[in-house]
Amino acid sequence: MSIPKEYRFTDTHEWVKVEEDNIVSIGITDYAQDHLGDIVSVEAPRVGDEIEKGEPIGMIDSQKASTEVFAPLTGLVLESNDLLEDDPSVMNSDPYEEGWLVRVEVADMEQLDELMTAEDYEEYLGRLEEE
Amino acid sequence: MSDHPEARRTALYEEHVKAGGKLVPFAGFMLPIQYEGIAAEHHRCRTAVGLFDVSHMGEIVFRGPEAAKVVNRLVTNNVVSVKPGRAVYTPCCRPDGGIVDDMIFYKKSDTEWFVCVNASNKDKDYAWFVEQTRGECEVVDLSEQYSQIAVQGPNAPELLARVLGAEVATMKPFWFITKDYRGQEIIFATTGYTGEPGGEIYVPSAVAADLWRELMDKGSDLGVGPIGLGARDSLRMEMKYCLYGNDIDDTTTPIEAGLQWTVKFDKGDFNGRDVHLKQHEDGPARHLVQFVVEGKGVPRHNYAVYSGDRKIGHVTSGTMSPSLKIPIGIAYVEPPFQTVGQTFEIDLMGLRRVQARVVEAPVYRKAK
Repeated sequence: MSIPKEYRFTDTHEWVKVEEDNIVSIGITDYAQDHLGDIVSVEAPRVGDEIEKGEPIGMIDSQKASTEVFAPLTGLVLESNDLLEDDPSVMNSDPYEEGWLVRVEVADMEQLDELMTAEDYEEYLGRLEEE
Repeated sequence: MSDHPEARRTALYEEHVKAGGKLVPFAGFMLPIQYEGIAAEHHRCRTAVGLFDVSHMGEIVFRGPEAAKVVNRLVTNNVVSVKPGRAVYTPCCRPDGGIVDDMIFYKKSDTEWFVCVNASNKDKDYAWFVEQTRGECEVVDLSEQYSQIAVQGPNAPELLARVLGAEVATMKPFWFITKDYRGQEIIFATTGYTGEPGGEIYVPSAVAADLWRELMDKGSDLGVGPIGLGARDSLRMEMKYCLYGNDIDDTTTPIEAGLQWTVKFDKGDFNGRDVHLKQHEDGPARHLVQFVVEGKGVPRHNYAVYSGDRKIGHVTSGTMSPSLKIPIGIAYVEPPFQTVGQTFEIDLMGLRRVQARVVEAPVYRKAK
């Protein structure tokens, strides 16, 4: 299971990548896509939406289940990944790059420190697998 | 993934592991949810042929001179008037009309029926059967002895003919025969849960893996492959076949569930008859319908169904249809929303609502 070193993570399996200054990309992790299986439809927040840390901002439907996506940070949606509209399976094949969900302008970058590092997340996944 | 401590292995466990199956605990057994992927397995069953390990299902036998009286009192369909060799799908109901389980009765003779029941209900069913039989005939749980393999798809008759003999390919739906397989008696039935041709084989566990491997070997040029529980679910949803615990349960009746055709009022008394007859005459307060979503979002079990501000029902099953490539589902709705073409809205976990339209079941039909 791949976990990019420079990303940050939530316990609900979203990732955050800092693109520049206070602009981040948000997506779901390799672990999340693997558990969901074939992703068939993605509901992303719209450009201009204000999102609030911990609140549901979208839904991912796979062939076997549906799951909400929670905002890892508070901010303003600048861009939503149009590619997922035509081919949601990109989230399966490339969850950390091409399969990003939204780009967000973050209000308070200190919120980033509250998220798990790659090392924390790896340990967290280890604990989940043991259960 | 490690085994669940209480889940047992079927006789085909090693075959699933070898085939790369993702095993999960289901109804007390470790079973594959998928191998290559749900959509790919679904298409294999619709276009070629697939093998399903359904060994978790329960097998119970009624036997004795009074068995006919017992079974016809127990279930809603007429499993007695048919010829030996016929298979009959039927709900089994409580006196209040609710469904204990849905099952297939195989009439072996005028004094013996072999019954296939849902895995998760097997113990409940057996206890109910024994109680309701009141000692008037034998009731034997044979589940420990049998494995079950379903062979389904347009190429299934050809594959079955190669393995079991030419006569099985020409059998009409809902018949069965017994055959010898490597010295053991098997039951082959032209039944299934996918809407495709083929059948289901009840096979003693000692030779189940041999049979599975032979089906895989002899079907390689027919596109055979194993199919997991995920595709089994999407295949049955396209056909609007009920899943106990989702679409039907103790609190729903066959009349509400659109299974009127399995309730035979003219055969004499049976559990639930009064309630079913009243619902049949007055019209039930809710109807199980199949619908398509007109937009984005996949409906799931228990999502609320609205008309304007009013809740008019709930979704019982839903998925992205791999064949039609649109979200589909099954729901209970109040009258008059059950008629084909009616529209209503489904609440997607509070995120938003999406319009859905009632269709004539089954929504999936093979191109002629």
